[in-house]
Amino acid sequence: MNNNTNSVDYAVTVRNVYKNYGDVEALRDLSLDFPRGQLTSVLGPSGCGKTTLLKIIAGLLPADSGEVTVNGQPVTRPGADRAFVFQDFALLPWANVLRNVAFGLELRGVAKSEREAIAEKYIGEVGLKGFENSYPHELSGGMRQRVGLARALCVDAQVLLMDEPFSAVDEQTRRKFQEDLLNLVKNESKTFIFVTHSIEEAVYVSDQVAILLPRPSRVSEIIKPEGFRHKDANSIRRDPEYLDIVDRIWASLRTYVE
Amino acid sequence: MRYRSLLLKFLSAFILFGSWEIAGRIPVSFAFPTFIESMVAFWVLLVEGTLFVAYAETLKPLVVGVLISAILGIGIGLSIGLSRKFDWLVSPIFIVMQTAPLAALIPLLIMVYGIGLTSKVFVVCIMAMPVIVLNTSGAVRNTPVSMIEMGQAYLGTRLDIILKIILPAASPIIFAGLRLGVSAGFIGAILAELKITPTGVGDIISYSRSIADYPSMYAAIFSIILLAVVFLNLLEQIENILFKGPRQVYASE
Repeated sequence: MNNNTNSVDYAVTVRNVYKNYGDVEALRDLSLDFPRGQLTSVLGPSGCGKTTLLKIIAGLLPADSGEVTVNGQPVTRPGADRAFVFQDFALLPWANVLRNVAFGLELRGVAKSEREAIAEKYIGEVGLKGFENSYPHELSGGMRQRVGLARALCVDAQVLLMDEPFSAVDEQTRRKFQEDLLNLVKNESKTFIFVTHSIEEAVYVSDQVAILLPRPSRVSEIIKPEGFRHKDANSIRRDPEYLDIVDRIWASLRTYVE
Repeated sequence: MRYRSLLLKFLSAFILFGSWEIAGRIPVSFAFPTFIESMVAFWVLLVEGTLFVAYAETLKPLVVGVLISAILGIGIGLSIGLSRKFDWLVSPIFIVMQTAPLAALIPLLIMVYGIGLTSKVFVVCIMAMPVIVLNTSGAVRNTPVSMIEMGQAYLGTRLDIILKIILPAASPIIFAGLRLGVSAGFIGAILAELKITPTGVGDIISYSRSIADYPSMYAAIFSIILLAVVFLNLLEQIENILFKGPRQVYASE
């Protein structure tokens, strides 16, 4: 598996990572590579340690053993090279959209006028222009996650870590999000690591899908849906290869779903 | 909407004082004056200046005690909320303080600190501090985990995370604790004056009772409640100025 390190440039590598919570083995000897500039999904049933893996990459959780590197540097703590998008958005309810989006820059000590100018730009980019002074409780779930996404884009990290970002968003909004995400991957030269439990979502948005099986977690298969990547967003869901891959993944996962 | 809530407040006051008046006229007890009698006595105490002299005395232990409780209480509560070890070390003291029968402890306080201001400040603190400490520590501990992780992921320092995430997130409950602490402090101040040495408003209460001037006694009690309500409203105004924005909404979220 490690013989192709020269041909592909990996932004993030995970090598032989173990993680236990007390007696529960969350991750056992997990190794996975994330190619630069691509979107890799980590897909698996609930309880398979997807979020644990993402938090270890983020530097929010220490691994018991094994090594995680980002751009060749071993990860020990959160860093400027990574930005996180949270499942429950993690917005500050007392701060308006502008401050929430600029908050990552605020914590880095960027001057107020400068960080607000940057925040304005990304607020426009995620389609929230005009909502700068709204508070999170005044926004819908989908709009709140756009705020979370804008905050992550603001700090200009090379690696974007997304923890089931669309799971708390209604179905129609989620579809729109997925289409927007495809454009984002195309336009921003960032590496995306995307945790999800939705098979369709993973196949739709990813350059590479890593399937994790639970208890203890290990990578069972890596699928690269390449055939329909160049097609436009609307026709992917009708593409025979897309449907085949979704079926194949379901076949391998169904035994693990109680 | 505003008029309506004001109207309801007046209505509620009217019902309360009305039933007081009726209960006084029946009378439910020889020692229970009517509302009007009490208000007349209240007016007399005001005009004669007795009430102001009394409050100059009562407010000393109250203000000192509440200030100590607020500053120390929030500080200690914050430390308890942030550190497990500190929690084990300090929390039991405040749980004991909150459940201890204070009136029974007062003789002990008098033996150690005498009958002066110090003992009274202690009584106010014992009443006010536990609820402030326990509310603050609970609120700090209940900060949503993902908000703290967000602070870490975006490279906030420990101090950043405390000042910009934990404290604002905890502030509605910290203020609720402060309000409870202040009202408990009022009870403590009067209790101290009744149990340690009769001074200030406590003196008016015990003296009026001893000469069976019940209207004055109830007027003094009424004045305490009035002052407490005014003070709590003031605290709420301060809270609103300090933390602008939609607080009620996110406190319940």
